[in-house]
Amino acid sequence: MQIFHRSTNTISRATIYGAVFLIAALLWAVLELQRSPYITYAKVARPQPVPFSHQHHVAGLGIDCRYCHTSVETSSFAGIPPTKTCMNCHSQIWTGAPLLEPVRESFRSGKSLVWTRVNDLPDFVYFNHSIHINKGVGCNTCHGPVDRMPLMYNENSLQMEWCLDCHRDPAKNLRLRDQVFNMRYEPPSTLKPVTLDGKEYTDQMSLGADLVRKYKLRTVTDITSCSTCHR
Amino acid sequence: MDERIEHAEGARAPVIEPGYTFGTVTDKISSIVLTRPMSNGWFLGFGVAFLLTMMMLYAMAYLFVKGVGIWGVTIPIGWGFAIINFVWWIGIGHAGTLISAILLLLRQSWRNSINRFAEAMTLFAVSAAGIFPLIHVGRPWLAYWLFPYPNSMGVWPQFRSPLIWDVFAVSTYATISLLFWFVGLIPDLATLRDRSTNRGAKIIYGILAMGWRGSARHWDRYETAYLLLAGLATPLVLSVHTVVSFDFAVGIVPGWHTTIFPPYFVAGAIYSGFAMVLMLAIPIRKLYGLEDFITELHLQNAAKVMLATGLIVGYGYVIEAFMGWYSGNRYDAFTLWNRLHGPYRWEYYALLMCNIVIPQVLWIRKLRSRPIALFFVSLVVLVGMWLERFIIVVVSLHRDFLTSSWGMYYPTRWDWMTYIGTIGMFLAAMFLFVRLLPMISIFEMRTLLPEAEVKE
Repeated sequence: MQIFHRSTNTISRATIYGAVFLIAALLWAVLELQRSPYITYAKVARPQPVPFSHQHHVAGLGIDCRYCHTSVETSSFAGIPPTKTCMNCHSQIWTGAPLLEPVRESFRSGKSLVWTRVNDLPDFVYFNHSIHINKGVGCNTCHGPVDRMPLMYNENSLQMEWCLDCHRDPAKNLRLRDQVFNMRYEPPSTLKPVTLDGKEYTDQMSLGADLVRKYKLRTVTDITSCSTCHR
Repeated sequence: MDERIEHAEGARAPVIEPGYTFGTVTDKISSIVLTRPMSNGWFLGFGVAFLLTMMMLYAMAYLFVKGVGIWGVTIPIGWGFAIINFVWWIGIGHAGTLISAILLLLRQSWRNSINRFAEAMTLFAVSAAGIFPLIHVGRPWLAYWLFPYPNSMGVWPQFRSPLIWDVFAVSTYATISLLFWFVGLIPDLATLRDRSTNRGAKIIYGILAMGWRGSARHWDRYETAYLLLAGLATPLVLSVHTVVSFDFAVGIVPGWHTTIFPPYFVAGAIYSGFAMVLMLAIPIRKLYGLEDFITELHLQNAAKVMLATGLIVGYGYVIEAFMGWYSGNRYDAFTLWNRLHGPYRWEYYALLMCNIVIPQVLWIRKLRSRPIALFFVSLVVLVGMWLERFIIVVVSLHRDFLTSSWGMYYPTRWDWMTYIGTIGMFLAAMFLFVRLLPMISIFEMRTLLPEAEVKE
């Protein structure tokens, strides 16, 4: 007596052959998922106690990054402004706005606002803002168009491959120090050349290569060494 | 080929006792799986092995909760039991591949009686071995980082490290061993499918037999595939333990950094592997009445292989000692001195006894035909080969270049539970194997019969 139907032949061939593709597809899906906003939260705005709009304050009012993030040039931590910084203006304008009640409450009670950290690196990573600023890495190189973010989100995945992408070739992202806080910075082109020490640059790679020398960047070996970030 | 038919007085033992036909060989082997009632002895043996497996899982679960701190490993001995046991198990697996692949290519037809369970032994030994590096990494849930894949960290494994070579060597070995074993099983699985009366068994064996009907075309393809796999497996017998030895030899620790390691490791692997084959074959042939198939010839041959590989291992020890003196390197000389006089000297003396001195009794022909004596010599060799890895890992690390970093290694109960637990897992798998699959290759045994001689 036959225990297997004729179709078993076809089914077994299809499944054995198909398993290769199925496993490949599963692996691909896992790798895609790992890089998706589901894991990285890239470009996903997070709720905050007060819906603070960088778009309004930066692009609309023209406030410089350093007005609030005061220690960004000198410290590893850019700094979250105390409520007093908010109240510099908001004791005068929008004083009765219900949206700002948590800010006023914080000012009255002396208890800090508890913001949800958006650009949050894992604790096993040592990161220093000041070194990046002083070597000519623009704010928006990593943080994206903050001046167009009504609510804050992380522009990039913050995964290690993203860090290494720049650390392995920093020249492609460097700009003049006085352009670091320029949120609308454009890399040099033939239409808008950049002048440095009397020399005119029309492309990023030649400017970047010279800035690496001028700002005395450590070698790629140094800045991709494990202990540079994992101390 | 008269050894296969004749069993004349004083001649070599036959590879299969006379009086069998195609039918009786098939009956005898397949009945163990299909009709033989489950014995209390089997349940007892499997039960003990299963309990030991559970103990291993318990020790591993506790390890995952607490971390490697529960083990005896600490600086300077960061490798300890996990690596010792890994190398020991991987080595044991080598005999199976040697028997099935190299002896096949060399047309040693006596292998037909023992290749099936030797291959099973390889698979289970590699499985036991594979556990150790995975739990040794400290965060086993990240063990897949060992493999090169386009990960979001943007880094690849260090391809210049022998540890990544190990990943490839062992995973290739496991894959080829599994394929080789399975392909060899297909015709026998078809026999079991056709002979079993239970519908469930028919379906399971039927799926595994992959539609084997035994047509001439099937056999033609089968022979080609089997030879190709044997050709793929043959270099692995030499390469896998060579790569394992690189884990040590590429390091600069005195006692590790030596070019004799690859051949000496391979010989040691086959040495311990044949010891394990004998330790399994001797009780199995007795308990299942298979003395006609696994004859004195097999015991003699396996013992001779052990003797030969044991002498190569002995040569390795001599060269290590010689180089310790001849190199003029004070650290190498100290390593030798420390082995002989240091705190682990008794382990080293025991190693010399187990691996070099006691196995010399295998020169005695009469002893090679006595199963009980062989069983104990094999046990001694397995202990000796475990001690060898202990000496290499622990004794080399515990006294390195700086006296300030000297230390001692004390395995904890968790080390022992994991180690003994893997032996239990290995035995449990063997118990299941002899009950569920033909432990001797039916169709290859039939080729040894006088009936199989083609008369022109």
